Amino acid sequence: MSRLTMREAISQAMWEEMERDPNVFIMGEEVGVWGGSYAVTKGFYDHFGGERVRDTPIAESAIVGAAIGSAMTGLRPIAELMTINFAFATMDHIVNEAAKLHYMFGGQFVLPMVIRAVTGGGRQLAATHSQTPDAIFAHFPGLKVVAPGTPEDAKGMMKAAIRSNDPVLFLEHATLYQVRGEVPDGDYVVPIGKSKVQRPGQHVTVVTYSKGLEISLKAADELAKEGIEAEVVDLRSLRPLDMDPVIESFKKTNRAVVVEEGWKSFGVGSEISSRIYEQAFDYVDAPVKRVAQKEVPLPYNRALEQSALPQVADVIAAVKEVL
Amino acid sequence: MDKQKMLDLYYQMVLIRRMEESAAELYQAGKIGGFLHLYIGQEAVSTGLIAARQPQDRVITAYRDHGVAVNCGIPVNQVVAELLGKATGISKGRGGSMHMADVTKNFWGGHAIVGAHLPLASGLALGDKYAGRDGVTICMFGEGATNIGFFHEAVNLSKVWNLPVLWVCENNHYGMGTAVERASAVSEIQQKADGYGIPHSRADGMDLMAVYEASREAIGKVRAGNGPYLLEIMTYRFRGHSMGDPERYRKQEEVKKWEEQDPIGIFRNYLTAHKTASARALDEIEARAAEDSKKAVEFAEASPEPALDTLLDDIYAD
Repeated sequence: MSRLTMREAISQAMWEEMERDPNVFIMGEEVGVWGGSYAVTKGFYDHFGGERVRDTPIAESAIVGAAIGSAMTGLRPIAELMTINFAFATMDHIVNEAAKLHYMFGGQFVLPMVIRAVTGGGRQLAATHSQTPDAIFAHFPGLKVVAPGTPEDAKGMMKAAIRSNDPVLFLEHATLYQVRGEVPDGDYVVPIGKSKVQRPGQHVTVVTYSKGLEISLKAADELAKEGIEAEVVDLRSLRPLDMDPVIESFKKTNRAVVVEEGWKSFGVGSEISSRIYEQAFDYVDAPVKRVAQKEVPLPYNRALEQSALPQVADVIAAVKEVL
Repeated sequence: MDKQKMLDLYYQMVLIRRMEESAAELYQAGKIGGFLHLYIGQEAVSTGLIAARQPQDRVITAYRDHGVAVNCGIPVNQVVAELLGKATGISKGRGGSMHMADVTKNFWGGHAIVGAHLPLASGLALGDKYAGRDGVTICMFGEGATNIGFFHEAVNLSKVWNLPVLWVCENNHYGMGTAVERASAVSEIQQKADGYGIPHSRADGMDLMAVYEASREAIGKVRAGNGPYLLEIMTYRFRGHSMGDPERYRKQEEVKKWEEQDPIGIFRNYLTAHKTASARALDEIEARAAEDSKKAVEFAEASPEPALDTLLDDIYAD
């Protein structure tokens, strides 16, 4: 095992896969010479060269569209969107083409591609650079959407995504890059579409993913001091969505809190709570509580921004409400 | 071009014409749903263009794709079956009129979102270049599509990365109901290529041999490694944008004038003038094409519907 940051874990996964398979290549804005605007591809250009680490113009539809086309020829592109906010400029290619081409043509087209994008707020980048619109992408059949919250999962799921024959949207939270965690040595894959209990507990089920995992685990540590043991279930994948560990946990605790950085309305929590009611209605002792971003375009001012984002204190309060 | 190939191309053009006429009837009978965009009048464009390709060259187009499908070698039975949504359709009934494709024939669809396939074309070409293959990606689109952002991004990238794409603009003068002069700042589409430093030319799309010659030259230039090329082909659709188009945007006199330049008639005259075939031989080809089209309709109508429990198949490859 090694102790790596999320950034290192994701970087290593891509590096190892590029060494392993000459069809894997990277394309996006500033991924090459600059080394990646979040430094995830630092060192790649010098080692792998410009054919395999391709700097693109500022042209998201060309980036994702060309990734789709090259994947159709048998390559395994990793297309980077500098942030998920720029995905809206190429929404058509993500949800109309990437998600649907395999189905629409009777299975003829195979798209073994990854789209990496940075999510999240909290760094005073203002509203259009700070969103967590994960739920929007998870809405579309045909796409796979993953958002790991630990370095171990990040490395394993990036490998799974690259080896997958389906289009995978791989979401990396901007403020998780420097988080450290234990990562197995050697080659390993973490399957897409599997939730995981990251912290066992018997009093309440906290369902979360990505940045929400970090604040939920911190909240769980605080709650433990008061004798409240929270079971933290990490979704890891939004589509496919694995409810089994969530339901198993809920049947034990009878109470749930969902924690996400996106907005509450029409968000991930809406989906999770719906499914809990559908699949475990007889076990419900309290309404499912959702912790999410306040419904406002995220402001620049530091204090205002933090007041809009879900915090550890919000998770603690939500847990106490359902108990 | 040898005689046999010319006669085969004539057959293809007539087959497409008959197939499209049948499709119109099937649509009016309620057997084809959704949208139906007919290629009538434009047959020489795809026939001449695709005749000029090598097997390794990829073809991708927009939603007026039935003729392109036939030219790429998809059996007409499977094209009509797809129009009827049958399990024997080339896309298993999942795609319909706008989403014909056959990977084994190097035909990459059939795309419904205007301009969206252009970045895909850059990607297809990137795939060939990355792997060191000499295939050319032939990307067809209408003049209307040159005004959407996807065109700009895809064409620019093709030049910046020196990708082997032949950008083929089928200029049929109308983007749905909007004349090119009302939609495009520059209505001579080939001029737009200058904005990207890409070489370009224009061809008469009603003349099969002219399309073939222009295509052969352009494909050759792209294959030689000179980067992308833009070929504007002037043509006209004799029917509306799609079925149910009231055609308020153009005068019937204009349509009739263009119909006098029917590409099938023009090529037939070429073949007889050059004594490539007798009138009788050409009549026989026409009769065969009409028969094959009729049999395709029969095949499609007799084909089974996809089983309902296959609804969720092929959402993912894994």
